[in-house]
Amino acid sequence: MSSQSRPVRTKRQELARQIRNSRACYAMLAPYFILFFFFTVLPVLMSIVISFTDWNMLQFPNFVGWKNYIKLFLEDEIFMTSLKNTLIFAVVTGPVSYMLCLLFAWIINEFSRIPRTLLTLVFYAPSICGNAYMVWNLILTGDRYGYLNGLLLNLGIINEPILWMQTEQYVLPLLIVVQLWLSLGTGFLSFIAGLQTVDKSMYEAAAIDGIKNRWQELWYVTLPAMKPQLMFGAVMQITQSFAVADISINLAGNPSVNYAGATIVTHLLDYGSTRMEMGYASAIATVLFLLMVGTNKLVQKILGRVGE
Amino acid sequence: MAEKRIGQMRFEELPPSLQKKLRRQKIVPRLKPKKLNRSVAGNTLLFFIMGVCAVFMVLPLVMIVNNALKPLDELYQYPPKIWVRNPHLENFSDLFTLMNDTWVPFSRYLMNTIIITGAGILGHVIIASLAAYPLAKHKFPGKNILFSMVVLSMMFSWTVTQIPQYAIISWMGINNTYLALILPACAYGMGLYLMKQFMEPLPDSLMESARIEGCSEWGIFWKIVMPNVKPAWLTLAIFQFQSMWGNTGSLFLRDEQLKPMQFALQQITAGGAARAGAAAAVTFIIAAVPIAFFLMCQSSVLETMTTSGMKD
Repeated sequence: MSSQSRPVRTKRQELARQIRNSRACYAMLAPYFILFFFFTVLPVLMSIVISFTDWNMLQFPNFVGWKNYIKLFLEDEIFMTSLKNTLIFAVVTGPVSYMLCLLFAWIINEFSRIPRTLLTLVFYAPSICGNAYMVWNLILTGDRYGYLNGLLLNLGIINEPILWMQTEQYVLPLLIVVQLWLSLGTGFLSFIAGLQTVDKSMYEAAAIDGIKNRWQELWYVTLPAMKPQLMFGAVMQITQSFAVADISINLAGNPSVNYAGATIVTHLLDYGSTRMEMGYASAIATVLFLLMVGTNKLVQKILGRVGE
Repeated sequence: MAEKRIGQMRFEELPPSLQKKLRRQKIVPRLKPKKLNRSVAGNTLLFFIMGVCAVFMVLPLVMIVNNALKPLDELYQYPPKIWVRNPHLENFSDLFTLMNDTWVPFSRYLMNTIIITGAGILGHVIIASLAAYPLAKHKFPGKNILFSMVVLSMMFSWTVTQIPQYAIISWMGINNTYLALILPACAYGMGLYLMKQFMEPLPDSLMESARIEGCSEWGIFWKIVMPNVKPAWLTLAIFQFQSMWGNTGSLFLRDEQLKPMQFALQQITAGGAARAGAAAAVTFIIAAVPIAFFLMCQSSVLETMTTSGMKD
């Protein structure tokens, strides 16, 4: 082939060349992504397919098209209640938890090594103690021995004990409080680690540039430097706030009084584990998934503005 | 400082960027930045908020410790009290007696837990970090698709994917082996995402200089990338420990010889009212081990010094 007639590379050849040049990259990706494909991607795809069937784990599934989804939105009133509860949960606990994680991580970061480790443990304790929310059973017991009732009776605010978890109007607010208490988890630890990777010389430089107080330092130096961790924390926060179920089931029961504590995931568990209607449960999971994906898009857009 | 002159200008009159540069290169001594921008009022306010919250947060720990030390009559006392009055260690001796007559020797359960948890942590941390590195630092076809798949996968409810996952594990023929617990744990999305986010801000110049010196991508990964993101993989190890440690494996493991300690401990505590004391001791142990691991990892989450001054 003469040098003059060297063919212009087509798009496909260019792609093939890039792929060849990135062999080392693919080799590093392979172990993880092979496992990821089999144990995560494939099950998710299968679930989405199941959501279009009437599979009940006993009989052979029939394809039913959009029927599950139509039923979900048009006939299932409990789903609407649980959707509303989940959105309230997410809108309140999501941003507040996120801020708390950041605030506490940031304060703790000021301490030296040993006190920092111990303080981190104290704040992470609810997340590491397994079913730590059972403490709240003591606090919220409905008779006068429950700590909250006892306190309010002693202060003379109420005259008789309140059945906290059996009274519709209290269930959701109290579950939100418990969820907030539990919120210093994954995001919190990743923020602590993230703060450790912020280059300390940037603070010195910022002080010289005229950063006056710690709040300015936080906004102009710390937060922009840990943007990747902020993104990570946000995704974890979304997956947690939208998937609240354990505390609701353990504290308020499933079903809860008049479905006051029902969330999308408690509804999903009701169909998936109790009634074995996997087709319908998968449809609920798919709707929840789309809800989280949409929220994630929005949140990532907002976080893009940090430090501007 | 006012006396310091560079050429004809006083140091303070130089543009800030030049001031910074001179300070960095130690031509002009750095300011003492021990406590930057910290006001006493601010400190007091923040630590006060912390103190109040800390009392509530530490409550479950306090309760677990106290329950483990309570004699039976106090465990069943109504109304329940948080603080123990007559602490004793009988709950633990009861538990050890019960451990001695389990179906298979208790050490076997312990060994299973160590194998499953250890392999789950090591496997996940290593292969997730290995995959995170090219995603964070290289350009190649398919990169964005792979990465968004990982992020999206975390948003799909685990409850419904469990059954297809069970089908896949059976189809692979690894049911009733350690692998049925270890392999899916290695494929969690969170670890890769966490590692990728921490690797992203590493300055490219760091890797470039190693490449010029003839270091392979493997070498760069092990010798440069991983030491620089130590806080990240220590944190990931904590998360992974928690999720592996709590796994009873009852869905996949049928042979008693393969079951982890969690399973055995749950069997012991399922023995009804008479075993409430042992159950409290079990709750304590189940919480204490992750806490020990947590303290070990968390106290090593220290700043990574190598990046200082390398930001470009």
